[in-house]
Amino acid sequence: MTKKFVLGIYDDEDVLLQAIENVRAAGTNIYEVFSPYPVHGIDDVLGIKRSRLPIVAFFCGLFGTSFALWMQIWMLGFDWPMIIGGKPHISLPAFIPVTFELTVLCAAFGMVITFFIVTKLKPSFKVNVFDKRSTDDKFVMAIEVKEGVTDMSALNNLLRTNGAIEVNEKEVSK
Amino acid sequence: MTEERLIISRKTNNKFFLMIAIGVVLLIAGIIIAALGGGAEHAEGHGEAAAAGHEAVSWTKRLYVNLWLNNVYFTGIALVGVFFVAVQYVAYAGWSVLIKRIPEALGYYLPIGGAVMLIVFLLGGHDIFHWTHEYLYDVNDERYDPIIAGKAPFLNFWFFLIRMIAYFVLWILFFNWLRRNSINEDLHGGTSYYHKSIRISAMFLVVFGVTSSLSAWDWVLSIDTHWFSTMFGWYVFASWWVSGLAAITLTVIILKQNGYLKMVNANHLHDLGKFVFAFSIFWTYIWFSQFMLIWYANIPEESIYYIERLGGNDGHYKWIFFTNLIVNFAFPFLVLMTRDAKRQMIMLKIVTIAILAGHWLDFYLMMMPGTLRTGAGIGFIEIGTTLVFLGVFLLTFTKGLAKASLVPVNHPFVEESVHHHV
Repeated sequence: MTKKFVLGIYDDEDVLLQAIENVRAAGTNIYEVFSPYPVHGIDDVLGIKRSRLPIVAFFCGLFGTSFALWMQIWMLGFDWPMIIGGKPHISLPAFIPVTFELTVLCAAFGMVITFFIVTKLKPSFKVNVFDKRSTDDKFVMAIEVKEGVTDMSALNNLLRTNGAIEVNEKEVSK
Repeated sequence: MTEERLIISRKTNNKFFLMIAIGVVLLIAGIIIAALGGGAEHAEGHGEAAAAGHEAVSWTKRLYVNLWLNNVYFTGIALVGVFFVAVQYVAYAGWSVLIKRIPEALGYYLPIGGAVMLIVFLLGGHDIFHWTHEYLYDVNDERYDPIIAGKAPFLNFWFFLIRMIAYFVLWILFFNWLRRNSINEDLHGGTSYYHKSIRISAMFLVVFGVTSSLSAWDWVLSIDTHWFSTMFGWYVFASWWVSGLAAITLTVIILKQNGYLKMVNANHLHDLGKFVFAFSIFWTYIWFSQFMLIWYANIPEESIYYIERLGGNDGHYKWIFFTNLIVNFAFPFLVLMTRDAKRQMIMLKIVTIAILAGHWLDFYLMMMPGTLRTGAGIGFIEIGTTLVFLGVFLLTFTKGLAKASLVPVNHPFVEESVHHHV
């Protein structure tokens, strides 16, 4: 199955940001914008919501903290009690470094794994490069064409009046 | 870029004077109560008071220790102001330019801090520092203390005094140097002042690295003369630094709420919030590193420090010990964790006030057990002294802040700071 896209090519960051705002204000849905580098403020104009990854990090961290404490208390307090340095079997200060490390480890790994799952990023992941110049010095705005609904000439016009230096069409197999 | 002048109204100044006046009244009331017989628990009779675990402490001693405590605390905040500016210069930071005048003006307290430090040491040195007593070094005296005598090459009256004067001379010198360049930049423009400031800042950071640790040993660690901790310089620095950051952030918020600093937005607050959040954790890290090693090794000469603050002194300091950790670690850690909290003035305001109070308690916990022991408390003398110092600090700070434009108009990175985005 293939999908058809209209690609507006831009060569200036500020023009691009303004164009995104205008195109969205005109009621057109932007599929994706490709850029050679991260552009400040592009998330806001594209209306992308903030990532919820920090929430995942918090709960993974919390899991790490509880797991580490449970593990140490169970091991050193119940399963195989040992006297170390004359301290009680369950001595909280001695458990803190391991707890800290496991909190950080779980939060970090949890975030990375969640990120991979959510973005479906895996070794077989195929990247559709709409226009190779978006890896060099051009910004590419991709808009999906719905057969019979999208007015091609109006869209072409909209992109051009908003500073696109080129407007191309491309079919991408999904 | 337009200048923005802070105007301190008569009303605001009167508030600061009122603060000092209330402080003085409370202080006098506290002294009278103390001089008449050590407060309520003392009135019940000496035997009972001793049984209740309260040691009689002369009001002069309590006053000197309080003066010392507050002066070390506020001098630290003033010093951190200069340190913050220096760090920003050396890091070629752009974001902080709009708020740079606030840490810069904190340094105006340094000369007062130096004078008070000197006077309190000369008058009340014996009350604060056990090691200042001559008999400890006299082999023929029965109170001779070989451990303290061994520290005499470092801990002796004259060297201590010279060091104290040297710290303040160096700090004030660098503060004035940086401040002069900053103001000249406003007047004449150009990048030469900026480049010069970077060189001055780099030199100051070296000086600060040495003097902040040394002053912490001198002014705080030497109270517990027998005890030592190689982490202590860092510990005091961490406490000063996070209080200073909280003071800077709180000032930015208060100025903004009064219509100043119009170009400062949520992005700048976010960065300040990250600083406060990060360094409250850093303080905890240092706190724990010091505590755990001593707890684990359990060598009596080391663990006495924590025994005095936990079960010792009849558990007098136990609540402060745990309050310290809750207010300075758990509270900022949980409250400032989210991005939204760091971008909201109300959240930052609550946390910074808590941190400022919490680190005052931290210094209280560092100084009181070694000096007043069970005779310490938080009463009229403590609150009064703190109010007087706070009033004087705010007077000098706001006066310094009003001396120059709040926006460093000719700083090369001011434009970058205006467009700061995180």
